[in-house]
Amino acid sequence: MDEKTVTVQDTNPMDTETLEVNFGPQHPSTHGVFRMNIVLDGETIVSVKPVMGYLHRNHEQIAENLTYAAVMPYTDRLDYFNSMANNFGYALAVEKLARIEVPERAQYIRVIMAELTRLVNHVSVIGFLLNDLGAFFTPVLYAFREREKILDIFEAISGSRMMCNYFRFGGVKRDVSDADLEQIRKIVQKFPAFLDEFEALLTKNEILCMRCQNVGVLPPDLAVNASITGPVLRASGVNYDIRKVDRYSIYERFSFRIPLGDKGDVYDRYYVRILEMRESVKILEQALKGIRPGEFIHPKSTSFLKLPRNFKPPVGEAYGRVESPKGELGYYLVSDGTPQPWRYHVRSPSLINLTVLEDLCVGHKVADAIIILGSIDIILGELDR
Amino acid sequence: MIFGSGIIRGMFVTLKNFATSYFRKPDEGGLFTVEYPEKRIPLKERFRSFPFLVYDGTPENLRCTACDICARECPPKCIYVVRAADQDGRPLRRPAAFTIDYSVCMNCGMCEEVCPFDSIFMDHEFEIASQDRYRELVYTLTKLLKSNEYFNNIRPRDAQAVDKKRREAEEKKKLAAAQAAKPKLDEPPKPV
Ligand code: SF4
Ligand code: SF4
Repeated sequence: MDEKTVTVQDTNPMDTETLEVNFGPQHPSTHGVFRMNIVLDGETIVSVKPVMGYLHRNHEQIAENLTYAAVMPYTDRLDYFNSMANNFGYALAVEKLARIEVPERAQYIRVIMAELTRLVNHVSVIGFLLNDLGAFFTPVLYAFREREKILDIFEAISGSRMMCNYFRFGGVKRDVSDADLEQIRKIVQKFPAFLDEFEALLTKNEILCMRCQNVGVLPPDLAVNASITGPVLRASGVNYDIRKVDRYSIYERFSFRIPLGDKGDVYDRYYVRILEMRESVKILEQALKGIRPGEFIHPKSTSFLKLPRNFKPPVGEAYGRVESPKGELGYYLVSDGTPQPWRYHVRSPSLINLTVLEDLCVGHKVADAIIILGSIDIILGELDR
Repeated sequence: MIFGSGIIRGMFVTLKNFATSYFRKPDEGGLFTVEYPEKRIPLKERFRSFPFLVYDGTPENLRCTACDICARECPPKCIYVVRAADQDGRPLRRPAAFTIDYSVCMNCGMCEEVCPFDSIFMDHEFEIASQDRYRELVYTLTKLLKSNEYFNNIRPRDAQAVDKKRREAEEKKKLAAAQAAKPKLDEPPKPV
């Protein structure tokens, strides 16, 4: 039997060839410069290889050549949707390293800012998810209408809409005026009504349900093993929120619940975010009630803010983490007693949450890969650093 | 529930938003588009764009002493300060050249925070787009200098606080000088 006949016998005429498709790096559905190398069998996904690094800008190395204070504006640029949460994590890490105390009012301001960015992030992420589903820009614009009000507050308080650079070691950069607090109160008061409207538009929408339910199911044990954090983990039903686990800052003073999903599909991830926003509103209401006049920065830290080169934390290491809207955002710092960090590392939730992309996508149709990616909620600035 | 009722409810939401956007106030979901550049939103006082240097009275009377602190602390290192010298080569407390590369500046406001002489502050000017990165966006001393009145104009609260602080420091210095001058009248003046 010669070779030719063997191949003829082994080939099934109904077999199709797989097709390799590159999504990105310039594709609107990848939320930035990110490439998915997808192998398709017909419309069904056989494998997904994420290719990243297009936005790598050496964040950690740059930080190791700067003073501790000068790293703060760079952290804004990690997750450029939530600069306040990034500032928060870094400030916590340095405060832990140098054992700096934070006055009461500053803690309240920090919590208010962190929860406001959670609102900003979750509304826009849901808006973009709907964009990926094909509801072109109506939900996004509703979300952006609300986001804009919060960004106006950020601009009035910190000076910049997105690159806030607002937190300082031992407090915050400037005080929040009563007028700003009043404005925040107004926004917080109206936010539940907006969420009701948003839900009326989306939650029971049959198209959304059919597209999202049972798609991209993340089983809880895989989520834990892959160290997924944030809303993606909680949508799989694992009760883990750093605000509750670590009780950093003053989160133990507020009563709020952790919403959990039960299936871990795209729909749960969407709905957990809606519920989280409702809980954030609760925290904000309590924080706005509890905030009292006082110092917005510890008097001892004002001295080294003027002279960042005199700020030399003792030799040692510290890991500070916050529940950023995307998951556990951690900063690891090693000090050798010089004004510059000897080692600086960022544990970015976007990167680690993305590691399960292939497990979520395989077996689904190619159009589902886009919404699965959208529901994981990645930000390329943080993913590539 | 009947299949499709969710979509119909959603449609009502969009319809309601469409209709009420004509009646509601801009911050309550009404039409909020501002037709830039004909119309503008007033800037917030704390808004920061790029740094500028303040002078009192005349541009010769600038506050910067060329101490180089802002240049060292600037995270992307986009400030370049050259100290002036007199004929004998002794350094003077003023800059000969002060350059900020606006295309590198990341609007962080660090320079404003660290300057010990209240000289550098963040501006409100943001329409600086140009076609030539090197000729237009590298700002030299003449382009950077702006008067204290301008500063008071754009950021009244901050400027007044700075002015107050400077006046107090001035008075303190005068008082101290007057006291120090009394017993040391017959001593020879120290070389500076
Ligand atoms: S602007 Fe301020 S910090 Fe910079 S060189 Fe002048 S005096 Fe020094
Ligand atoms: S604002 Fe920041 S980046 Fe710009 S010149 Fe000042 S310190 Fe440098």
